[in-house]
Amino acid sequence: MSVMALAKALGITLRHFFSRPVTVPYPDAPVAIKPRFHGRHVLTRHPDSGLEKCIGCSLCAAACPAYAIYVEPAENDPENPVSIGERYAKVYEINMLRCIFCGNCEEACPTGAIVLGNEFELADYRYADFVYTKEDLLLDTVGSRPQRREAARTGKPVKLGFEVPYVRPELEGVKYE
Amino acid sequence: MLWQLFVTAVKALVLILALLFTFAYITWIMRRGLARFQVRLGPNRVGPAGLLQPIADAVKAIFKEDLTVARADRVLYWLAPLIAFTFALAAFAVIPVGPDGWVVANLDMGVLYVFAVSELAVYGIFLAGWASGSKYPLMGGLRSIAALVGYELALGMAILPVVLMAGSLNLQDIVAWQQTHGYFILWQFPAFLVYFVASLAEMSRTPFDFAEAEQELVAGFHTEYASMKFVSFYIAELLHWITGSALIATLFLGGWAAPFGLPQIPVLWLFLKWAIFIFLVLWIWASWFRTRYDQMIRFAWGVLLPAATVWFLITAYYVAKGGAL
Repeated sequence: MSVMALAKALGITLRHFFSRPVTVPYPDAPVAIKPRFHGRHVLTRHPDSGLEKCIGCSLCAAACPAYAIYVEPAENDPENPVSIGERYAKVYEINMLRCIFCGNCEEACPTGAIVLGNEFELADYRYADFVYTKEDLLLDTVGSRPQRREAARTGKPVKLGFEVPYVRPELEGVKYE
Repeated sequence: MLWQLFVTAVKALVLILALLFTFAYITWIMRRGLARFQVRLGPNRVGPAGLLQPIADAVKAIFKEDLTVARADRVLYWLAPLIAFTFALAAFAVIPVGPDGWVVANLDMGVLYVFAVSELAVYGIFLAGWASGSKYPLMGGLRSIAALVGYELALGMAILPVVLMAGSLNLQDIVAWQQTHGYFILWQFPAFLVYFVASLAEMSRTPFDFAEAEQELVAGFHTEYASMKFVSFYIAELLHWITGSALIATLFLGGWAAPFGLPQIPVLWLFLKWAIFIFLVLWIWASWFRTRYDQMIRFAWGVLLPAATVWFLITAYYVAKGGAL
């Protein structure tokens, strides 16, 4: 035990005493998430036509290690298509309690339809409310289910608790307000 | 006579309230301070800057369920927190916060009194460890006794040169001596170092807080205590810190006397000097590791005690030759 080492320890702590705390007062102040953060899924659309990218192939469901995804495809009406392909996802559900946010669905997707987004404030009360449907996942939707429920109750817009310093190109078109 | 009794009782009451208030806010200072050392914010949710946190803590502690362990010794289990709390509170009585009247008991053997009373508080800790009927508290209690055996001699030996030079055990006299001759921290720097290190053990603060080493002993001697009994220990523990810091400030930094010929304001100067040591202990707490108790005893007997003894002999020689006084 050397006295110099003890003095050095005192110096280090004193330097930190006068530095700014790194704590982010989270619900009061937004957190800055990392660019490649794996948050809630987003079902993207083609930016030009507005058509859904998802073609209902179920490869995401096959790739999912937690069996959290359920897809039910249907044929597109050629006059008024929902997606660009022959088929589209009539039902697209992700169970957020089962999902481990690994991103395998995103890797498996041939059209880049399912992308892990930035939202993470998913806490809710009932099991059934964690099964996110297509309406909850499409990119026009801002906020998680409980957040939107709260916004509808209070009449205020959805308030997200994070900042996005860099938008991944895969998430083109995703809204934050 | 009766009037004097009344005045002393009022002074004692004011002191107790002041100490308990200081305790409440020392918890806040401790948590906020340690947080800043660790680049955190600390408690900041209750009231502005978390200033009402002690009240929230108190309410929580009062409404906690008060458990008693089945194998505990009922009487001692009740008595232990009381002993620890009472003696921790009583130790401050002789420390002057201002000139003549500003002390509860102006004892001629003030230094002895502080030592005696604050060491008696160790009984509370040891009995708590014994009476809990559980192994971790017992180990914590034993460690605190082992520490007592270690630091106590060094602490006493470090105070002797100061007493020798001041020629009195009365804390008012020691303060008065420092006003005319200069602070003891300058005259007695080696004694100050030994005293400060030993009193870290006496306050059971960081390098020597093994009696309640969380990582090894859950919480040490007060593992089996909950609710207000736990709070009694907590108060006792922090009061040792408060009283110990005030005592060092009195013995080595001139106590309540104002430095550099500034106006004498009772309480204020002692408070400022006290704050230096409070911060110092907190700083050490945030910076250093915890020693093993055998290491501490070896250090106390092998380094602190010989150093204090040698310094005592030097001082004795100096005083005998007619220096100081």
